[in-house]
Amino acid sequence: MLRGKAFKFGDGISTDDIIPGRYAHLRSNLDELAKHVLEDADSTFVSRVKEGDLIVAGNNFGLGSSREHAPLVIKMAGVSAILAKSVARIFFRNAINLGLPVLICDTDGINDGDELEVDLSAGTVRDISNGQKLTFGKIPEVMLRILDEGGLIPYIKKHGDFKL
Amino acid sequence: MGKTLAEKILGVKSGNDAIASDIVISQVDLVFIQDTTGPLAIRQLRESGLKKLAIPERTAVFIDHAVPSPTHALSNDHLVLRRFAAEAGAVMSDIGEGVCHQLVAESLARPGDVIVASDSHTVTAGGLGAFATGMGSSDVAVAMGLGRTWFRVPESINITVTGKFQKTVSAKDFILHLIGRVGADGATYKALEFGGDGIKDMSMSGRFTVANMAVEAGAKVGLFPADDVARDYLVEQGRVEDYQPVFPDVDAVYERTMQVDLGALEPTVARPHTVDNVVPARELKGTRIQQVFIGTCTNGRLEDLEIAARILKGKKHHPDTRLLIAPASRRGFLDSLEKGYIQTLAEAGATFLPAGCGPCLGLHQGVLGDGEACLSTSNRNFKGRMGNPKAFVYLGSPATAAATALAGEITDPREVM
Repeated sequence: MLRGKAFKFGDGISTDDIIPGRYAHLRSNLDELAKHVLEDADSTFVSRVKEGDLIVAGNNFGLGSSREHAPLVIKMAGVSAILAKSVARIFFRNAINLGLPVLICDTDGINDGDELEVDLSAGTVRDISNGQKLTFGKIPEVMLRILDEGGLIPYIKKHGDFKL
Repeated sequence: MGKTLAEKILGVKSGNDAIASDIVISQVDLVFIQDTTGPLAIRQLRESGLKKLAIPERTAVFIDHAVPSPTHALSNDHLVLRRFAAEAGAVMSDIGEGVCHQLVAESLARPGDVIVASDSHTVTAGGLGAFATGMGSSDVAVAMGLGRTWFRVPESINITVTGKFQKTVSAKDFILHLIGRVGADGATYKALEFGGDGIKDMSMSGRFTVANMAVEAGAKVGLFPADDVARDYLVEQGRVEDYQPVFPDVDAVYERTMQVDLGALEPTVARPHTVDNVVPARELKGTRIQQVFIGTCTNGRLEDLEIAARILKGKKHHPDTRLLIAPASRRGFLDSLEKGYIQTLAEAGATFLPAGCGPCLGLHQGVLGDGEACLSTSNRNFKGRMGNPKAFVYLGSPATAAATALAGEITDPREVM
């Protein structure tokens, strides 16, 4: 069970919004890089986000670059899951590979700051602030197996190969 | 039942039937990393416990994004990459050789290959009929160590192309038009497959431009059949032995089919801050532009510099508009030198940057000031893309870029040709 506060974003949050190319020189200094997470979309995000909080977005979250640093700095900020109406392909795979759940559901009814509770195994989100209950789409089986091991690298470390 | 290009290639490489929506484990024929995502991939590879490269002779390391390095931190990343390539026995491509996708197109990609790399524009090689796609550092690390990766076989959208381009209209206008129609997420998880008589009017250079931007509609791959145009290109590159015909079945099952008549297209521009925000260039007349950039894996090839040189020959760029040019590869740079395009463009006042990604991703070289606008031949115009979230990026063809550099405002190239 995941529990935290919703940080609401709109449609089309790109990897440049999440961690822009102008910080490429910090990519081998992750603690410094993480200080700039989502800076261009919400400059107050990094100072307000707490362990367990959730990103709640609209359509096509994470479009653009293949930089795995994008889900990585989100995870480093303490975010426990991303809820979005839809997500870009590479970002989706990258997030799961880092053990960060991305859940597809209709996020319109969730307001910024709402208290959320996510039951990953039941596939439900409860908005404690407004009483709404949502169900999210199933994560594909192959990705669930990777997520269950905490990501792709721990998965390969354990199995030595794809056992999908 | 007939198969699409995506199903055919993944079928061969996975040894399975590979029908759309199947999960397959596929052989990887070429894997590469670049300087902004490579160091993390190397770290993940070490962490994974996989000891060595599965296909070192087909694993490549490119230093192309920050060339030459602007900061000591990036210089240290470059050191990591050079050391890794030497120790692991990978192919090394150092500064000044060019953008990874252009070098892969020139020398490494083969029709029917499965190619993965830690850069979203890996899709470029789809122009040659390779199933080529971008992934993150972890996926690419595992592909380097295992020589395999998993895919969900994508559904394909068939783009049937007819007609011929009007003068000054090119592949960039075609793909911008298409992304405008499909939307920035209209092809997410899917393959875009191009066919029809119209693709015969598209050079390999143009096909790379189109395939390169498939990801801007969300697509996993943008695929052209490996036809005679592809074969002629490989002959020209001195590697005819890499050719094999790769075509979809005539009764392939597509999710849907869209038609585009090349003859009906006009010079097209994507406005800030999304690639699907497209309009005809003529509608943006009067939009002042402080910087024009011609280059990148999208439009930094010989053909692109040729059209720019034709438009700018004997003229000077507008005094309030800077003109930056970065050839996509050293070979393209040398060919342009030989043909006189570099001389022409330099006389027109262009500032030349090394072969590489240049200012495209906002890391260095031509970072925009607050409120400034750039007309770029690159592939992304997201807020902050060119290094400043208070700046504006418009995307267009090399012809539109050259016409805009002359006029100082966004200009339909038909006005100056």
